[in-house]
Amino acid sequence: MPDTPLIEITNLCLRVNNTDLLDSISMSSKDCGVTMVMGPNGAGKSLLLKCLHGLIKPTFGSVKVSGEYVLGPSTNQAMVFQTPVLLRRNVFANLKFAAPPGTNAVTINNALSTAHLADKKDLPARLLSGGEQQRLALVRALLRKPKLLVLDEPTASLDPASIQIIEGLIQDFTEHGGKTIFVSHDIGQAKRLGSDIIFLHKGRVVEHSDAARFFINPKSKEAKAYLNGQLIV
Amino acid sequence: MLTQAFSEAFSLIASANPDLYEILWLSVKVSLTALLSASILALPLGTILAISEFKGKRAIVTFFTAMMGLPPVVVGLFVYLMLSRSGPLGVLELLYTPAAMIIAQCILIVPIVTSLTHQIIEELNREYRDLFFSLRIDTGRAIFAYLWDARFSLLTTVLAGFGRAISEVGAVMIVGGNINHLTRIMTTAIALETSKGNLALALALGIVLLMIALVVNALVMIVKTFAMDKGYA
Ligand SMILES: Nc1ncnc2c1ncn2[C@@H]1O[C@H](COP(=O)(O)OP(=O)(O)O)[C@@H](O)[C@H]1O
Ligand SMILES: [Mg+2]
Repeated sequence: MPDTPLIEITNLCLRVNNTDLLDSISMSSKDCGVTMVMGPNGAGKSLLLKCLHGLIKPTFGSVKVSGEYVLGPSTNQAMVFQTPVLLRRNVFANLKFAAPPGTNAVTINNALSTAHLADKKDLPARLLSGGEQQRLALVRALLRKPKLLVLDEPTASLDPASIQIIEGLIQDFTEHGGKTIFVSHDIGQAKRLGSDIIFLHKGRVVEHSDAARFFINPKSKEAKAYLNGQLIV
Repeated sequence: MLTQAFSEAFSLIASANPDLYEILWLSVKVSLTALLSASILALPLGTILAISEFKGKRAIVTFFTAMMGLPPVVVGLFVYLMLSRSGPLGVLELLYTPAAMIIAQCILIVPIVTSLTHQIIEELNREYRDLFFSLRIDTGRAIFAYLWDARFSLLTTVLAGFGRAISEVGAVMIVGGNINHLTRIMTTAIALETSKGNLALALALGIVLLMIALVVNALVMIVKTFAMDKGYA
């Protein structure tokens, strides 16, 4: 049986006011591991993730996941946004709201424990710290049992303990057959988690390489400059 | 003379004067009924206007916003024309009944609650939209979720509506007729008793009305502070 890719993006363009925010993106990704999306601010990482998740309709081109065209959000994907969106309810109710129908309290409490949030379950979610909010957003996504997990900078500006918990949850998810797309600026983190790296620059994919290769010998000058901490123009 | 009127007013209140309490009770009953009916209509309407996109939506929102400033006397006149014997709803024989006053107050509050609900939910929608889309929340569930998550802001809106209803005089005077034991409420009684020179009763009613307004505004503050403390604002 041929190995069909989980994600297949073909000639994707996103044009707003005559500018191509995403420009002829074509890529495919196998159905396991963590694909890291890297690139400077404004490169289009968030937009690419939203197209992949079906939140934004591309101007041209197509996105397929598991061989099916993505026309909107589906149950085989879950997304965590760059700034966590939490309901004005307590922690437990936030999970209950997003969980598949019929999910029982035990399952929700177990999910909270995995994120080290069990003792916060009755607290208003918006009073949690930044790290706790991101952990809650992540377990809320995981509770939906997606095949593909789409994460937009879930660990930006978090303390090391929260980062470790989040990375642990992602590793656990991928070890059980899940696929993760992960935006990060943290090179160390990309090395720890990534199986392959997509490097975006000005709305284009300038490089898509295996992680081992990307960090030792990036092909594109943009990625080289980014890894060296230089400002790319 | 003024001190005498004041002391008589306080003794009317303290001695639970039956006339005074009959008028107070009717006022509260009419305004609460108007508020309840208006809210049942305006809360979902404001929410739908905030979260849906359709042609003519702007016009409807503008219409309700403009209606917030309706002169009560004009509303009274309009309801009078509708309900008068020769009017389109004359057969219902509602003119000069509490029902007529409820209708008039309802017409005054619906635009306020609709418009403010629209504003509140529109802001919340900007925050929640992507999440709800991602979680594939259907419209019916979204409406309830928005109403619930905005509960504290909406409560202050509803309280403001109640304040407007119970302190209004022009419309209820026209459609209620200020009939003793039937449609005499606080505001119309104050107007009448003052013109008759019965300052004691007018003052007593005025003091009670003032207290209600103060309590309503204090409640608004308490609700707001509570919501802020819980991160629910
Ligand atoms: N709705 C929009 N309309 C116009 N420009 C947008 C819109 N959303 C994002 N952009 C622009 O697209 C570019 C890429 O944005 P984004 O994907 O958020 O970048 P990042 O890679 O930092 O996540 C930015 O320059 C941003 O200003
Ligand atoms: Mg981004």
